[in-house]
Amino acid sequence: MKLKKIIIVLTLISILVLSLGFGASAKPFRVAVIMPSSINDLAFSQSMYDALIAVQKEMGKENFEFVYSENMFVVADAAAAIRDYASEGYDQVIAHGSQYGSSLVEIAPDFPNTSFAWGTSVSTFSDQGITNVFAYEARSEEGGYVCGVLAAKLSQTGIIGVIGPIETGDAKLYVDGFKVGVLATKPKAQVNVNWIGSFSDVALASEAAQTHINVGADVLTGTAQMVVGAIGVARQRGVLWFGTQADQTSLAPEVVVANQVYDWTVALKPMIQLVKEGTRGGNIYVLTLANGGLKMVVNQEALIGKTIKDIIEGKIDIKL
Amino acid sequence: MKYRNIREISMSLIPLAAFLLALLIGTIMIAFLGANPLIAFQALLKGAFGSMNAIADTVVKATPLLFVGLGICIAFRAGVLNIGGEGQLVAGALSATIVCLNFPNLPGWILIIIALTIGLLCGAIWAGIAGFLKAYFNVNEILSTIMLNYIAAYGMNYLLSGPIMDPLQIRLGSFIPQTARLPQAVDLPRLIPTRLHFGTIIAIVFAILVYVFLWRTTIGFRIRMIGQNIQASRASGINVQKYMVLAFILSGALVGLGGAIEVLGVHHRIFTDGSVSGFTGSAGFNGIVAALFGQLHPIGTIPASLLLGALLTGANKMQRVVQVPSALIGALNGLIVIFVVGSEYLRRRQTRRVERNELKK
Amino acid sequence: MEAIIIGIAKSAIRLATPYLYASIGETIGQLSGVLNLGVDGVMLMGAFSAFYTVLKTGNLILGLLAAIVVGAIFGLLIAFVNVTLKAEQGISGIGVYIFGLGLSSFLFRTMVGTVETVSGFPPLSVPLLSNIPIVGEIFFQQNILVYGAFALVPLTWFILNKTPLGLSIRAVGQHPEAADSLGVNIVHIRYLTVIFGGMLSGIAGASLSIALLNVFQQNLTNGMGFIAVALVYFGAWRPLSVLSGALLFSTVNAIQIWVQVKGINIPSDFTLMLPYIVTIAVLAAMAKRRIHPPAALNKPFERGE
Repeated sequence: MKLKKIIIVLTLISILVLSLGFGASAKPFRVAVIMPSSINDLAFSQSMYDALIAVQKEMGKENFEFVYSENMFVVADAAAAIRDYASEGYDQVIAHGSQYGSSLVEIAPDFPNTSFAWGTSVSTFSDQGITNVFAYEARSEEGGYVCGVLAAKLSQTGIIGVIGPIETGDAKLYVDGFKVGVLATKPKAQVNVNWIGSFSDVALASEAAQTHINVGADVLTGTAQMVVGAIGVARQRGVLWFGTQADQTSLAPEVVVANQVYDWTVALKPMIQLVKEGTRGGNIYVLTLANGGLKMVVNQEALIGKTIKDIIEGKIDIKL
Repeated sequence: MKYRNIREISMSLIPLAAFLLALLIGTIMIAFLGANPLIAFQALLKGAFGSMNAIADTVVKATPLLFVGLGICIAFRAGVLNIGGEGQLVAGALSATIVCLNFPNLPGWILIIIALTIGLLCGAIWAGIAGFLKAYFNVNEILSTIMLNYIAAYGMNYLLSGPIMDPLQIRLGSFIPQTARLPQAVDLPRLIPTRLHFGTIIAIVFAILVYVFLWRTTIGFRIRMIGQNIQASRASGINVQKYMVLAFILSGALVGLGGAIEVLGVHHRIFTDGSVSGFTGSAGFNGIVAALFGQLHPIGTIPASLLLGALLTGANKMQRVVQVPSALIGALNGLIVIFVVGSEYLRRRQTRRVERNELKK
Repeated sequence: MEAIIIGIAKSAIRLATPYLYASIGETIGQLSGVLNLGVDGVMLMGAFSAFYTVLKTGNLILGLLAAIVVGAIFGLLIAFVNVTLKAEQGISGIGVYIFGLGLSSFLFRTMVGTVETVSGFPPLSVPLLSNIPIVGEIFFQQNILVYGAFALVPLTWFILNKTPLGLSIRAVGQHPEAADSLGVNIVHIRYLTVIFGGMLSGIAGASLSIALLNVFQQNLTNGMGFIAVALVYFGAWRPLSVLSGALLFSTVNAIQIWVQVKGINIPSDFTLMLPYIVTIAVLAAMAKRRIHPPAALNKPFERGE
């Protein structure tokens, strides 16, 4: 009799423990992300959104949930959002914008059980005693260099134009890397850079592209969401384009030669793992070509499409 | 007597009814997206008033609206439309920050007073430029204030990308366009351990001051008279031009003070994303709306700013909970303004009806 | 040297086009006494409508029509709020701006989703005239909406100054009581001008999304509508002066872009400020005349006042 009772109790306890275990693993990992522009900007914010979708696909919707607040360019509103998501018990709150740093410094200490991530940046505020902030950034200068090398090789006039928003963060890294790449390949090439002072002035970006072409550029590149204007001009005037942050081929398949694409999952996956194991901050993740965080996507059509077409249409007579 | 009071109350409810009508349309739009409108509105209320932190956020958001609204009250009463609020906020914020960064050794409270005063003066100067151009060069103030908004934005970009950039940023190589965090000594004291800061008290004090100024001083009386009847004012010998410029300058002073308080009380530094509204949150425009909702009365602007602050804060929470695109919130915001502004007509018609009934008696 | 001037001038003319449409529209509205600060919002709605229509149908004319219709609808809304409901015009305008900005972004997000380009109006060379050296290339090799904007100026001047309609419009803005007593229907005139202004703002937006930039994005206009309103004051409510204001602003803008591209060592933030500073400076320098706005501007009309 006593044995039976013990067996029943043990069985019940093990069922309880197992169900708790199932309960624990059945709880989804919840992430909230705050972004400064919209998820369809074909640049900075979209790259993070795409990465989160990819993680969700891999982990399954029941194991990974994420919510987002986009267009949070008003930092005070972003700070309220970060604080709110943290207090709603999200496992990780990602502040995807360099302007959110000062808000994180204030908020992170109030929520020691929440993990925060700040991009793009290299500071985790560990010097201020904060232990629950991760940092991540992209070594955009690597892809910039690659684009620069290819741009220099393809440019016939030797004049290349760059259109940037504000000289800061990963925009600056990309442009600096691009310049170095061009000059390393063609030391006599001329790289004209202009910073239009805004992340959103499409008309100004478009006119800047026109002006670059007017002074002789036959290859253009640029970064941030306003470059759609410049890409439109490049398409219209038959000038080659190099993109970054996202694959911009769809905008102008005839002229977009190559893109540096950010794959933030290289930072997201280790962070999620660490948070699950109990570490909520302190590491810095860097996207590079080496670790696959940066990928180069080359568009064959722009690179050699015309040549192939000319051969097919008999416009080129290959004299052997 | 009782009948009349009920009438008056029902009249002030008209803008509220318009407000709710616009929210109703918003509900339909949200339902259209497949989200549950009931949950959405619960989130709106929770975000605005649902906790100590939420209320604090609402009040913190309302404070710059109040400052701008007070400035608009003065300007509008003189018949001038000051749409340079964004630039004046930046002028006040920048100057206060530069003062605090350059005198780290002064005791906190002295520095706070100096910084706020400088912020007030610079806002006044920034508006004063427009006033000066109007008085002496006949440059329309709507043109000059719009242009000055952009000039302020680019000036801010320039300073934050170079001369006053955070030395830490330069060292780290990330070059984020922001200043160093201001010394803790100049943080405005917090009321209750939330984000609520002393600047709100300053705002309310100034609301009272503006009321006293407009209704209990000669200058204030003249300013109001110019707004009511410009010919009569001229006829009675008032230098209309001079008072309009003065109203502009005072308007800018209040807005500049608001900008300085935003820095010392909320952000503790200045940052930019290239546009002016990244820092101001469009308070320069929303404050105009708050002033109107408050019937252009300084005391009325207090609850109006609070309501608008609640709407903006709650709407952000609604976006987070229901995950609707943020643009919907913006559209709703605009719709509310149009509805409430349009409902003024009904209110005025009611007022006249009441007056006519009074006369009949 | 010649190429530089041609390049800058062409840029200036392209840049001036949206300002011109919106400014002329606002001028007409203000001449009848209605202030509309929501121009930017209407431009955005017009830009989106044109873009979406062209994206789905490929028909540019249809896209332009869509922008005109949407602009007219917004004009109707503005007229209703400002003229019939006699609302505070400066503020209702800001409401329209915020609404238009939000609605266009929202529709773009839900109906299009991702950034795409379209094939907009291509440059159209005017036969013969486009062959004139320098001038030909600058003026006569632009797209059709650019030509429309510039043709609008003398057309507007003619209507305002040489037709009874124009006289009515100006009378309604200057002496509404007198006009009313002479039988002019103030409400009709104001509705007309504001709806027409809305249509022009819609075209201004379309000139961006299906002609100059061939793309739509959130907040595409980035505040252009406000500059357009400012230019009305620069032009003292005269179409030709509004044109010179739009050209002045755009030319300085084109020059500063060129300065930056050339790498001339002036901090970009200062060159970006130039168009705004120059506009104020030129207006101040022209201060000799006393410029009077339409007397009834921003004042709703009520019989018996």
